[in-house]
Amino acid sequence: MAPIFRVGFTGLILFLIYIPILVLVVNSFNASKYGIKWGGFTFKWYEKFWNNDGLMTAALNSLTVSIVAASVATVIGTLAAVALHRYQFKGKALLSSMVFVSMLTPEIVMAISLLIVFMALGIKLGFISLVIGHITFCLPFVIVAVYSRLKGFDMKMLEAARDLGASESSIFWKIILPLALPAVASGWLLSFTLSLDDVIVSAFVTGPGYEILPLKVYSMVRVGVSPEVNAISTILLVVSLVLVVISQLLLREDK
Amino acid sequence: MKFSIGQFRFWAIGLASVWLTLFVLFPNLLVILTSFLTRDPQATVSLPINADSYVRTLDLLYLRVLWDSLRMSLLAMIACLLIGYPFAMAIVSLPKRWQPVILFLVILPFWTNSLVRTYAIQFILGNQGIINKSLIGLGLIDKPMQLLYTQFAVILGLCYILLPFMVLPLYSALEKLDVRLHHAAKDLGAGPLSRFWHITVPLTSPGIVAGCLMVLLPAMGMFYISDLLGGAKNLLLGNVIKTQFLHTRDWPFGSAFSVILIVLLGFMLWLYFRASRFVSKQGGLNGSDF
Repeated sequence: MAPIFRVGFTGLILFLIYIPILVLVVNSFNASKYGIKWGGFTFKWYEKFWNNDGLMTAALNSLTVSIVAASVATVIGTLAAVALHRYQFKGKALLSSMVFVSMLTPEIVMAISLLIVFMALGIKLGFISLVIGHITFCLPFVIVAVYSRLKGFDMKMLEAARDLGASESSIFWKIILPLALPAVASGWLLSFTLSLDDVIVSAFVTGPGYEILPLKVYSMVRVGVSPEVNAISTILLVVSLVLVVISQLLLREDK
Repeated sequence: MKFSIGQFRFWAIGLASVWLTLFVLFPNLLVILTSFLTRDPQATVSLPINADSYVRTLDLLYLRVLWDSLRMSLLAMIACLLIGYPFAMAIVSLPKRWQPVILFLVILPFWTNSLVRTYAIQFILGNQGIINKSLIGLGLIDKPMQLLYTQFAVILGLCYILLPFMVLPLYSALEKLDVRLHHAAKDLGAGPLSRFWHITVPLTSPGIVAGCLMVLLPAMGMFYISDLLGGAKNLLLGNVIKTQFLHTRDWPFGSAFSVILIVLLGFMLWLYFRASRFVSKQGGLNGSDF
């Protein structure tokens, strides 16, 4: 391929990837209700969202689920990454293959398997089931992020600390955690966005009394045009974009 | 917090192991079990164990849905491959310092809400959407073409949402490719097309299989894409599973469809490992790196 063609082709694909996002964002400020033509700049749809109690409740519920799920996934995932990196133990191969499988499992399969297990264990569908579901699909992302950071470490440092009498937990708190912190933080941010944006798993494991934003959006866009959705969508997009950019910047530091 | 060596180790290993066993391994086994149970209006599922659900997937009506879903997902996969391969090649050929930035721009949308991005496509394909309005504006057509609520729209949507999953494995496979193999082949008189077919494609086959796996399997499940872009007629396997679980409440039947997906996943993983083995054996100059 000629160089100019390569650059042009790359640019074209990137343009196509971002054009729908751009259209949506522009339309969220469009005063014309059906988004067919430009009716002037407005914040009206954002205000409508702000004043819609049902939507705000759903947004708050979403935030709660995402914060709790991301935090728990980060704690468990970070510990698991340390264990996989540092220890030899029975079932290590099983643990890493479960991580691998849960990353590859199509979301719909994970969704119904969780629904079945909640029924089998008698866990009520609602907040708890959503959080458990979200932790489950976030966990492998945290493990992989932290593990690949740990792999870059000089292990001799940890051995030296142990030889000098540091306990396993103080090695974790004083050496491993500070060094892995960028990856841990980035894992949290990625988990948070994954959780905030999830539709498939949530659609299966949510209960009737607990509404979250993506599912609200889903039911709204299925019915027809409601311009608040553009405002909500823009907010969701911008939140994810900002968090992911931050998480990547965290990882790039001191590399 | 103070842990002894044993305690810290215990928690580090234990928490994740228990979690994944309870919410990944055990649930997947339950899906397989459920697919062999019988539907029960009171208790959702009950004994006896039988293979009726699988027999019913062979029913002509469902076979047709299965085939339609598989075809749309396959076409989306092929489209992703046809766009993703030259795209990944183009990225690899660009200056090294640009590559991470471009890759980041490709992955970035993956982290954003795909439902919202699917919804955004409605603006573009709709009768009053950008494409139709531009074409009418240019005088190429007089009345809007029906783009939305067609199979084409579903395939486009799947391709749009899943393209990053194709590009990433292809990029990492292409990046590892040893240019010396190309130079050697060129010196021996192989043309560009023959070098592409006999060197690039076989040596990037693990990347191709991985990309196809990561597009095809999610593509079969993304029920909201067919919902928003395909209308009521163009169903994906995900829509069938969702209906069986949340509306008809026939869990064994829904589980049987999921097991079909799991089997497909297993088959594609097997293919992937075979391709990787082939490359590490035949990879030529840098074979040991794989």
